[in-house]
Amino acid sequence: MSTALRTTTQTPSAAAATDAVTTRGLVEITKVRKSFGAAEVLKGITLTVEPGGVAVIVGPSGSGKSTLLRTINHLEKVDAGFIAIDGTLVGYAVRGRRLHELREKEILKQRTEIGMVFQNFNLFPHLTALENVTEAPIVAPRAGKPRLSKAEARDRGLELLDRVGLKDRAGAYPRQLSGGQQQRVAIARALALDPKILLFDEPTSALDPELVNEVLDVIRGLAKSGTTLIIVTHEMGFARDVADTVVFMDQGQIVEQGTPQEIFTNPREVRTRSFFSKVIEPAFNI
Amino acid sequence: MSSTATPVAQSAPEPASAGIESAPETPEVRAAGPAPAGETAPAGTVGSGSVGRKAATDYADYRLVPARHPWRWVGTAVVAVGVAGIAWSLATNPRWEWGVVAQWFTAQSIVNGLLETLKLTAISGALGFILGFILALMRLSASPLLVSVSWTFSWIFRSTPLLVQMLLWYNLGYLYEKITLGLPFTDVRFFEAQTTTLISQFAAAVLGLTLNQAAYSAEIIRGGILSVDQGQLEAATALGIPAWRRSTRIVLPQAMRAILPTAFNEVIGLVKGTSIVYVLAYSELFYTVQVIYNRTQQVLPLLLVATLWYVVITSVLSVFQYYIERHYSKGAVRTLPLTPLQKARKFLAVHTPAARESNQERGTR
Repeated sequence: MSTALRTTTQTPSAAAATDAVTTRGLVEITKVRKSFGAAEVLKGITLTVEPGGVAVIVGPSGSGKSTLLRTINHLEKVDAGFIAIDGTLVGYAVRGRRLHELREKEILKQRTEIGMVFQNFNLFPHLTALENVTEAPIVAPRAGKPRLSKAEARDRGLELLDRVGLKDRAGAYPRQLSGGQQQRVAIARALALDPKILLFDEPTSALDPELVNEVLDVIRGLAKSGTTLIIVTHEMGFARDVADTVVFMDQGQIVEQGTPQEIFTNPREVRTRSFFSKVIEPAFNI
Repeated sequence: MSSTATPVAQSAPEPASAGIESAPETPEVRAAGPAPAGETAPAGTVGSGSVGRKAATDYADYRLVPARHPWRWVGTAVVAVGVAGIAWSLATNPRWEWGVVAQWFTAQSIVNGLLETLKLTAISGALGFILGFILALMRLSASPLLVSVSWTFSWIFRSTPLLVQMLLWYNLGYLYEKITLGLPFTDVRFFEAQTTTLISQFAAAVLGLTLNQAAYSAEIIRGGILSVDQGQLEAATALGIPAWRRSTRIVLPQAMRAILPTAFNEVIGLVKGTSIVYVLAYSELFYTVQVIYNRTQQVLPLLLVATLWYVVITSVLSVFQYYIERHYSKGAVRTLPLTPLQKARKFLAVHTPAARESNQERGTR
């Protein structure tokens, strides 16, 4: 359903700055299970995000949203099920009837196609904003693309910092930046490898309320760029605004998914309704 | 200056109520507060609580008097008297025999011993930290065998007195007559030598000090690595940065902040720890001093000679430590602290009479 929507909105002008205009970035999650000790946090998740789609995952804390996100770039290994990006399995190679676990180097290559933005930014505090952005393009092994030289990476880094409105703070260390600025640098860093997919793990949860919007605006801009976005957030107003699919998760399962219209105004499930009745009032005030 | 002016400015609208005991001229201090802000900012921003009261006076021309700290002065005076007393007794008590100290301080045999001490420290320090780094990585690896070998190494070498280790290495020839290198359980030999010819005093000293140092530094480095936030590794992994680069570029520079103070403790300890090799009759600084005072009977002055050299080495190392720590603190603090040199320059810039005049003309402090 979202494919049609995406392709119509994907005018060249919207995606001007990136080369990610190609409709890549199909994410297929199939029957994924994951346990931490005795607690099963993902109980058979199946979800497809179309190339260039924007999926927003919402749900109470502890529902497995972040874990699901982290399985997509193999930061967490799944116990069962599989995840494929553009038809290629994440973390495994298919040979005959066997799945071979990939070596670290191969997994790194896959990860360079998937950018991730963390709740706590996780910027490298001993590197400047620009160095944070240029580090990966210089050293990460990329599938089918050469590593960038230092000068190329620098130009690209400044361009990306400009895109998030922080070109003039390129030489600042993360601790000299506000939370919102740090998160924007983190987004630039995630973009530096031209990923097909961007994962956002509660990108605004650690921010002061007045800083939330500057980050959400940057993400809104990305939603039009043709990159597939998967966003875990508690900002319901933003979710309604930017998503073409909203996924409601609870207790390790997908309870319900659909367009923002369907989920926010007409939820079918009781659990969805009771969750939104608790959170939606303050969130819509944005 | 703005950092001291701001809190004063915020409390300015209320009548004088606090800080009387610490500063006799309180009203003047408080009154002068708004001056820096008052010139540019409108009165409303200085104290929002002043709505409805009469408009604030412009205190721009008032002189600012810093708060006085009488007890700080008392404490300083007491300590100064104590220090002066100690210095006086050191200088005037003839039994310290400073003349003898001066005579031996740069004697050829002492300098030779000093060089041996420095050589032992440098070699066993460097090798010890390299081996310690490897042991720390082993301890943090996923292989149970590597973990337990590393743990056992630290366990044994931290449990054995250094003196025992030293004598054990020196007397290795008693336990094993020959040292051979070859394929185990076969007759293939690449290398074979008499143990006693291999293990000289120097080799025994380096072996003992290195292995002991490695056991301790392994724990220091491991502690430093553990102190780095897990999110840093995750972020680096998510960006596809290769494992070796993750360690050297992301984790280690941040771990260094935790490692350095303790590591320098260890190195400084090692400088003096080398004196234990006197049991091998190895002529480093301390052994040389012993040999001399056994001959001349000038025990205290010669011990002073050795001590003064240890003080010199430690001082030099402390300077290195300061600048290395400062290097690794970039990004960890919002603004780097000033170096002593920069502090001195700043002090002169503010406190020389010429600087004072020009500052007063500009209306700043």
